[in-house]
Amino acid sequence: MALEELYKEVILDHYKNPRNKRGLPGAELSCRKNNPLCGDEITIHAHIGDGRVAEVTFEGSGCSISQASASMLTESLTGLSVQEAEKIASDFRGMMEGKVEPDEESFGDLIALKGVVKYPVRIKCAVLAWDVFQEALANG
Amino acid sequence: MAKLIERTPPALDVDRIRKDFPILDRITHGKQLVYLDSANTSQKPRQVIEALTEYYERHNANLYRAVYELAEEATAMFEDARSRLASFIGAADPSSIVFNRGTTESINLVAYGFGRKFLREGDEILLSEVEHHSNVVPWQFCAQATGAALRYLSLGDDGLLDLSDLDRLITDRTKIVAVTGQSNVIGTLPPLRKLADAVHAVGGVIVVDGAQLVPHNPVDVTRLDVDFLTVSGHKMLGPTASGGLYGKLEHLERMDPFLGGGEMIMEVYPDRSTYKDPPHKFEAGTMNIAEEIGLVAAIDYLENLGMESVREHEKELTRYAIKRLTEAGAKVFGPDDADLRGGAVSFWYADIHPHDLAQVLDQDGVCVRPGHHCAQILMRRLGVPATTRASFYVYNVPEEVDALVAALEKARKVFGA
Repeated sequence: MALEELYKEVILDHYKNPRNKRGLPGAELSCRKNNPLCGDEITIHAHIGDGRVAEVTFEGSGCSISQASASMLTESLTGLSVQEAEKIASDFRGMMEGKVEPDEESFGDLIALKGVVKYPVRIKCAVLAWDVFQEALANG
Repeated sequence: MAKLIERTPPALDVDRIRKDFPILDRITHGKQLVYLDSANTSQKPRQVIEALTEYYERHNANLYRAVYELAEEATAMFEDARSRLASFIGAADPSSIVFNRGTTESINLVAYGFGRKFLREGDEILLSEVEHHSNVVPWQFCAQATGAALRYLSLGDDGLLDLSDLDRLITDRTKIVAVTGQSNVIGTLPPLRKLADAVHAVGGVIVVDGAQLVPHNPVDVTRLDVDFLTVSGHKMLGPTASGGLYGKLEHLERMDPFLGGGEMIMEVYPDRSTYKDPPHKFEAGTMNIAEEIGLVAAIDYLENLGMESVREHEKELTRYAIKRLTEAGAKVFGPDDADLRGGAVSFWYADIHPHDLAQVLDQDGVCVRPGHHCAQILMRRLGVPATTRASFYVYNVPEEVDALVAALEKARKVFGA
């Protein structure tokens, strides 16, 4: 298993140049979680209205996989209906469990995280942002 | 000259030692294994592995209760292990050794059997900022149950515990001081005798987390005058779930039992029971027989090497690692001087998250531990979310530090840091 499978360029790019990494004043949803294994920490903020995810941002710190995954999450979910967002979140989780073959078109950059499946310890890192988002939705 | 020779313990013959550890021949990801995670768990020499096999092939039986020869052998071997561990840490009486799975179980035992029984509201338990969670959480349980308060010795910027206000921290209210013998993260070696004297002067006791101390240093509980010392066998070449607790008999006798069950009782009635004398009062159910017997082979091994020599060897490796890591641009945490610390070397490198770093190192066969090392209080004190830790033992050589540094440089390339 080559390291490049895990640390794909697109992942490192999201890590070094995170998208939508900022607070979101007035966000309807905000939720924070950490991964005690690595000390990764992520807060997701989202504007939700009319059944749509109008805007998603994140804050946090941690390893490249957790932070890149959060950055990709904000890009992939912004503009979707809540239902579509939930579908992507559950497909992403399925991909990490090795159960779902992702749809390349709707997954975009997220496909790059597929390599993490072969590193079981790191799956938690990749899933953290998605946990936070799903919990935010459930609490919202 | 003769004097000098007397003072310097003989150097370890590491080439010969390495031949005793079959796992060191492992290839991982196509590379020679470089195992720098002995603070997590140590590797096992062939002698320990063979002792386990021999026990299971020749002597396996449950203890005490059977009357046939096998059971007598197993019981004698188990009790011999108790004597051997006692003498290894300088305890005069084998009955002061309670066998269990190691440090976590031992501290829980003391926090429950001693702490809950004797602490009251207004009492204080003094810990330190470098403690492993296993020497924090059981005391939180104890404090919540008794109303006692937790206080902390702080860590100085020099990586040593700040004892400047010890008089203020250890008072008549202090019933327990619970500190590590050697930090699992930054190697700090608290002055145990000094802390023991200070807490004894106010009528309290000292509990030492010996998980990292005992495998790497000559230890004499009588000279240190500690009340309790925990031993994790798996970190000192022994099997997992071996080791236990040393406690002064006067304490063990008046403590409550911890786990109830078979073999720890004298008489059982519907509403009450009476208990055996220590240590058996604290040993309920079928014990970790093979593991404690296997630990004897580990003790033999270490005694053959000489603990002074073990300490000296690790000091040299630690000194070399601090030098090489610092030259490579890493920030090394803990005391700068290897004489003042043990061989757990935590560092931060090139702003690469420790989990990413350790993952890249793994590809080169280099095993280190990333994370908070079960010491979140210390991580906050150091101002980092996690560190990467390399730790050494009797089988490590300077070339493995070189391999670590070479792999770090590779990681820097991967992350363009």
